[in-house]
Amino acid sequence: MSNGKRVLTGTYFQMGNWACAEGVIAAGCEFVAGYPITPASEIINRLAQRLPQVGGTFLQTEDEISAICSAIGASWAGCKALVATSGPGISLMQENIGFAVATETPLVIVDVQRLGPSTGVPSVGLAGDMVQVARGSHGDYQIIALCPESPQEMFDLTIRAFHLAERYRVPVFLMADGFAGHMREQIVIPDEDRIEITGRKIPEPGKTTMERQDFLDVDVAPMPVFGRGFRAHVTSSCHDEHGMRNLSDPEVMHRYITKPIDKILNHRDEIIQVDADYSGADVALVSYGTVSRSGRAAAHLAQAQGLKVGIFRLITCWPFPDKEVREMSEHVDYMLVLENNRGQLYPYIKAEAAHACRVEFLGPQTLGQIHDPEFILARIKEMIK
Amino acid sequence: MSVSAHPFRKYMRSHVTRTTTCPGCGNGIITQAILRAIEELGLEMDDFIFVSGIGCAAWIPTPLFDADTLHTTHGRPVAFATGVKLALPEKNVMVASGDGDLAAIGGNHLIHAARRNIDLTVVLVNNGIYGMTGGQTAPTTPRGVSTITSPYGSLEHVFDICAMIAAAGAPYVARWTTYHPRQMMRSIKKAIQKKGFAFVEVISQCPVQFGRASKLGKAVDMLKYYKKGSIRINKARDLDKEALKDKIVVGEFVDTEKPELASEWIRLKKEVGGYIS
Repeated sequence: MSNGKRVLTGTYFQMGNWACAEGVIAAGCEFVAGYPITPASEIINRLAQRLPQVGGTFLQTEDEISAICSAIGASWAGCKALVATSGPGISLMQENIGFAVATETPLVIVDVQRLGPSTGVPSVGLAGDMVQVARGSHGDYQIIALCPESPQEMFDLTIRAFHLAERYRVPVFLMADGFAGHMREQIVIPDEDRIEITGRKIPEPGKTTMERQDFLDVDVAPMPVFGRGFRAHVTSSCHDEHGMRNLSDPEVMHRYITKPIDKILNHRDEIIQVDADYSGADVALVSYGTVSRSGRAAAHLAQAQGLKVGIFRLITCWPFPDKEVREMSEHVDYMLVLENNRGQLYPYIKAEAAHACRVEFLGPQTLGQIHDPEFILARIKEMIK
Repeated sequence: MSVSAHPFRKYMRSHVTRTTTCPGCGNGIITQAILRAIEELGLEMDDFIFVSGIGCAAWIPTPLFDADTLHTTHGRPVAFATGVKLALPEKNVMVASGDGDLAAIGGNHLIHAARRNIDLTVVLVNNGIYGMTGGQTAPTTPRGVSTITSPYGSLEHVFDICAMIAAAGAPYVARWTTYHPRQMMRSIKKAIQKKGFAFVEVISQCPVQFGRASKLGKAVDMLKYYKKGSIRINKARDLDKEALKDKIVVGEFVDTEKPELASEWIRLKKEVGGYIS
């Protein structure tokens, strides 16, 4: 039915992982590698079927290390590339997430988070990887991470993740969880011409490796992809603007670390998206991902009882929306941070807000379960008492 | 007096004027064999993408070769190269790296790339030790050899990498030593031409670390040892295990044909999607 068609325009009742896979194809991704893992497997299951229909390649690898490495290789060979996994897979990929950062490789990494630590509970969602995707690889660096709250956003934010990855030459994470991945809901796939696709910038031909500056540009250098005569020198070891290894010059070391960080932070206004609706509110419910659905329901319950409760949802969680949280702290008296964990982004939110308002944390009644909106409402009342 | 450039200088990045190898290292012999193979096949550097990992041998293609070069994390070059080849099936993708990189930390990728039969040329430089980090025991260190991490002699059994890769299904498997540069070069040529996973192990001298640890001596002593200690596979077939103890069996172990992964993907895309590569 879907033979050869890249964008399956239409309205569907499907699970989030299906929507993600269709977002991958619609975004023009040509290479996907993966290793089976619950609750992310449906993404690669569908892509294994769909990719060859549209000229793409799917590789089931021997482990997640191989998955990310082959995807980085394919990205350097000119393909938009993706890996899809869950927390244990992210743990295995960490070293080469750092490689992708250091070599400024566009790559989308889907993390359908599950209950951990370790093997934990595969089929239960828990936002346990929120910090490890930003800080889990060694060294100092910045990545981009997006948090879908619904199957529809599994499609929309997958498209956006590819846009950001290609625009900034950086790994971009889609931080789903078992709920967003497995939930079935209405999904609208728009017309092909309404989906904005970002292509990759490559250098003008004719210049040598030493005449070009392929790396360490805070405004993002064109990528000298393989196979076109650029003779690119790609190493994750400390390198200069030409990509040439340099382990002796402290100035180069400084630029090797700071330029890829500034590349993200200098463009944070273009990258960061939040869903803020707290005008006139005393209390802001701060959340991301599927928990935001409970937050919104709780805000409606509270408003119906005359309480001034607003919401703030981080659509982009990395780079962290520090300015947006700080601004909110000037307008509300209370922030209640809702996360399906023991408070992974809570310290970052508190650091930006606690000088101006009261900030508290609320996990679900039972970890790994959806926050009950009544449970959130009870806590709001207690907080403002 | 005029100084003429090395005939293979044309294959090297002009601004790279030195290598990181120690005096007496086998890397130079292997570098020359690779470049000579490319020249004799009439290929250009732009026909290749070179991928390497971490360790002394990983610095054969990078930064030296004037080509697309991908210098990866430790153990993973074969995994990176698999993605490169699937995305650029018309290019030759060559991995050059060491025994620790490819057969210890990266052993699983090596096995599965051989099983998949992805069209890569893998030159594994086996110096029997971790050279760059200061002479630690490798899976390729012969039993009994004292290294810095086996000061009482290695208790472990040595890895026969060619046997493993042959068992995993690679259609081309050969082993030579740096005493056999011409045979090695011919095998690399065949490996480049082979449509499939082609594996060439080169036993190479590390006089600084392995020579000292094994008491085999300096580079020339080690080459003499390779000359005396190696035996062709056709002769070795008639000998029992005891007679082959301490011998380096060299030659071509496998040379066959089987369906190759990148080509199979091109076929699949045409069949399933009508997609023309």
